[in-house]
Amino acid sequence: MTTTHDPITTFEVGGVGHSVLRKEDDRFVQGAGNYVDDIVLKGMLHMAILRSPVAHARILGIDASEAEAMEGVVAVVTGAMLEGYNLAWMPTLSGDTQAVLATDKVRYQGQEVAAVIATDPYIAKDALAGIFVDYEELEAITTPQQSLATETLIRDEKEGQTDNVAYTWEAGDAAITDAAFAAAHRVVSLESHYPRSHPSPLETCGCVSDVNPITGQVTIYLTSQAPHAHRTLFALVAGLPEEKIRIISPDIGGGFGNKVPIYPGYVVATAASLVLGKPVKWVESRSENIISTGFGRDYHMTGSLALDEDNRITGMRAAILSDQGAFFADAQPSKFKAGLFHICTGSYDFGAAHVTAKGAFTNKAPGGVAYRCSFRVTEASYLIERLADKAAHEIGMDPTEFRELNFIKKEQFPYHSPTGFVYDSGDYHGAMTLAKEMIDYDGWREKQRNQDPDGKLIGIGIASFTEVVGAGPSKDYDIVGLKMFDSAELRIHPTGKAILKLGVKSQGQGHETTFAQIVAEELGIPANDIKVIEGDTDNTPYGLGTYASRSTPVGGAATSMVARKLREKARKLAAHLLEASEDDLEWEVGKFSVKGSPESFVTIQDIAFAAYTNHPEGMEAGLEGVHYYDPPNMTYPFGTYIVVVEIDQDDGTWEVVDMVAVDDCGVRINPMIVEGQITGGLTEGFAKANMQWISFDDNGNCIGSNFMDYLVPTAWETPKFKLGETVTPSPHHPIGAKGVGESATVGSPAAYVNAVVDALWSRGVTNIDMPVLPHRVWGALNGVDAKP
Amino acid sequence: MYPPAFEYWSPKSLDEALSKLQELGHDGRVLAGGQSLIPMMKLRLAAPANLVDINNLTDLAYVRADNGHLAIGALARHADVVDNDHVKTISPTMASAAPWVADPLVRNRGTVAGSIAHCDPEGDWNSVMLAVGASVVATSTSGQRVIPIGDFVVDFFTNSLAEGEMVTEIQIPRPTGSAGGAYLKLERKIGDYATAAVATFLDLATDGTVSNAGIALTAVASKNLKVTEAEQMLIGQTPSPELFAEAAAVAAAACDPESDVRGPAEYKRAVINAYTKRGLAKALAQAQGGAS
Repeated sequence: MTTTHDPITTFEVGGVGHSVLRKEDDRFVQGAGNYVDDIVLKGMLHMAILRSPVAHARILGIDASEAEAMEGVVAVVTGAMLEGYNLAWMPTLSGDTQAVLATDKVRYQGQEVAAVIATDPYIAKDALAGIFVDYEELEAITTPQQSLATETLIRDEKEGQTDNVAYTWEAGDAAITDAAFAAAHRVVSLESHYPRSHPSPLETCGCVSDVNPITGQVTIYLTSQAPHAHRTLFALVAGLPEEKIRIISPDIGGGFGNKVPIYPGYVVATAASLVLGKPVKWVESRSENIISTGFGRDYHMTGSLALDEDNRITGMRAAILSDQGAFFADAQPSKFKAGLFHICTGSYDFGAAHVTAKGAFTNKAPGGVAYRCSFRVTEASYLIERLADKAAHEIGMDPTEFRELNFIKKEQFPYHSPTGFVYDSGDYHGAMTLAKEMIDYDGWREKQRNQDPDGKLIGIGIASFTEVVGAGPSKDYDIVGLKMFDSAELRIHPTGKAILKLGVKSQGQGHETTFAQIVAEELGIPANDIKVIEGDTDNTPYGLGTYASRSTPVGGAATSMVARKLREKARKLAAHLLEASEDDLEWEVGKFSVKGSPESFVTIQDIAFAAYTNHPEGMEAGLEGVHYYDPPNMTYPFGTYIVVVEIDQDDGTWEVVDMVAVDDCGVRINPMIVEGQITGGLTEGFAKANMQWISFDDNGNCIGSNFMDYLVPTAWETPKFKLGETVTPSPHHPIGAKGVGESATVGSPAAYVNAVVDALWSRGVTNIDMPVLPHRVWGALNGVDAKP
Repeated sequence: MYPPAFEYWSPKSLDEALSKLQELGHDGRVLAGGQSLIPMMKLRLAAPANLVDINNLTDLAYVRADNGHLAIGALARHADVVDNDHVKTISPTMASAAPWVADPLVRNRGTVAGSIAHCDPEGDWNSVMLAVGASVVATSTSGQRVIPIGDFVVDFFTNSLAEGEMVTEIQIPRPTGSAGGAYLKLERKIGDYATAAVATFLDLATDGTVSNAGIALTAVASKNLKVTEAEQMLIGQTPSPELFAEAAAVAAAACDPESDVRGPAEYKRAVINAYTKRGLAKALAQAQGGAS
């Protein structure tokens, strides 16, 4: 079922609404992509990193003499050496500092301790065994609860740090919320842990750093979702002149938030290249990626809803204890220490909410990246949607009816939320109605009522999520001070073909197609005639990059705006060519014509040619422009997902037997790409609900450091999804788009868990934390505490 | 991948391979499909000094029905026994297990014999082999011997091959009557090792009683575990759900699973119990000519 707006362009032009094939796929499917590990430079050296085998220990000494003596080893880098360049520590994206190579202590298993630079990657790896580190082991702190209770300080290097608290934060209004709870007819509460997960892009992180010893030019080929921001950070961290730093992000094999931070490996490789005067390549192994780079989630959440006698929500409380790992390195806007978690009031209309958050340091890898999520929106959505389901079950009301009763109504938008957001648009009842219809909700409830109690148990789960994406308006949103605008530069050549340069950076999302389609929509130049360039800081306008579903809301808007600027110049050129007044011209896709005489027209291609060959006196030649877009508001995609599961009571396994996902991301630019994004997101949501987590033993050893233990579902396990669509355009975005990269990862986990709990509710089960592993289900059914 | 350095040998004949293995002794490892060995080398958990690659010995890539048994050569891949008519006819247990071994990519490269020789207690094939009473043919420059699977599987990653010996063939006996079998595996995803799995085998006499039975368990002990006591309870008896339940209880009691991220020990025991019952019921239905 689709309700997409009819396209205004032909399929050949390929503007908004056309499922044109992805331009980038020709090279991807033929193995002709160009990734960081494909970069080979003359004289290039290779780096391998020695990592801590223990979670918490004081470093008493490092002896690298055996490694240094090995043939082919050029240098061994240690933290002590970096201290000489003031590079042993670096800033995180949340205002903390992080060790580049450990000097005083190691604070998590997998932390970078030393690096070998060698002529060959095999030698570099072999030489790691020739470095001997003397560790004095300390208490490993593996949970935030332990962290807050213990005397052991993880960050004893920080002056004035007397506890393990990384931050505290709050949103909403405590007094109003207290009053709502005091007057409540019923209070529904849930304690839940959203477990640590890892974005695990197929391509791990890495770089080739190339510092030219003669010119001082620093070129870094980097797995970066935000090359411009990274250039500025390199300039600030290393004190290098910014005009001499060029970051090139070639093809990126998936990011999902993992490639937003700057990692120690990048800094060490660059420092090594600077000192050695030769290019240095560093590419992580899979295990290195999983154990040391930015994780997602790890939120311990306590939430409650206050309800009145009519089952209306009147207030919400949420208290977060976040496990930050050894450094506070969340990639998030500076103003918001718990990201945008305060979107946790979700799709519901009530006036009182209070959110408190506290972060604790632990002996685990740092991160807290927005794994396919707009800064903790996933955790927020999970909490409210689990609470909504629990409330309905406690009341004894159908969970869809409970939601429909409490939804913000279509006519209430723009809607001011109790934690300070202004939802731009929505139609929550519409998405719910469509989802119920598509899955035959009443039919499944009927089957559930008539099921054999000894057979497989049917469960039906719902999630009606609201996201907040497209960061963001400069008054509230910055990362390390850089405002979160984004940019587009459009150059139309004399023959009417164009180059579009963007500040965002695709990691597989299909930008080369989608953004060309926006230009096609605005100017009528066929999308195939538009080349999209990203990821080279010397050759693209400044932007904050691609994450948090911001590319289409911000970079896409910038693209529309720059195209419209050029259309205004094109109008002047058309007037000159047609010898008519500008006011007498009218635009239809791809051409200007004289009002009332449609046979008298010039195409955009004619106009482009004239811009270089026949421009009027007094007008600048050329047809080029740039636009920096500062969004007036965030966008608020939403949807309703309904999942039906069947549970095997003998082994606790559960299977998704039916699933419908209705998404409203506003206007869809390329419906095929949007459906691909949703399908991928539903799969990643399923992974987290069903199988995927990073756990640690009591000594801080990471369990799940490779793909045999950190599970990524294949096509076999992945449920079949039925996708539905409603379209509520964003009122403030130039083409009404809202961003869709993360909706399904954000929305779906609660739907799966709600389905399992729904199946078991009559057996007294009220919660199972993710991942809902078979033994946890079996344990819940049999009254056995089946942790982990 | 960046494993430690090693010498690589690529013999062109079995004789050449056996000579090389004899010469290298404990320093030589056979490389067949490499689906366990290579990942271990990549993680630097294994660092063999010499690899003797037997992939040129294509004469050993057979799956055939010999007199009295199914014969699987050392170079037969897992994929070669999936949906194979000889396998389906002679060993329903093996036919049931084949699609559950690892994932399609691993099945295309990995070998049945290599997996058996690896003796990973979480591996699938050794439970099947224990349930059906298979034998392993070991060959060296000094000759050949046939080792019953129960003697071949010694312990955790340990087999009874002598220095210089390699596995050249696996033999699975033909059932005497109407037989059925199943391999039921609980895994977290395709390609995962078993959380727990049960191989079952029933051979029925003409009067419908059980003439031979096999039950073996995966991933619940330090090696694949043949549950002889449960098998003996079935032999000579007329099968029934009650009898299967008793055998399943014995199997669940016999295993010794560890609590880990795949679940606590008592959960794994419950799975063994349920899957043994289900597996025996499937084997019986198949032996009686019903659905497999």
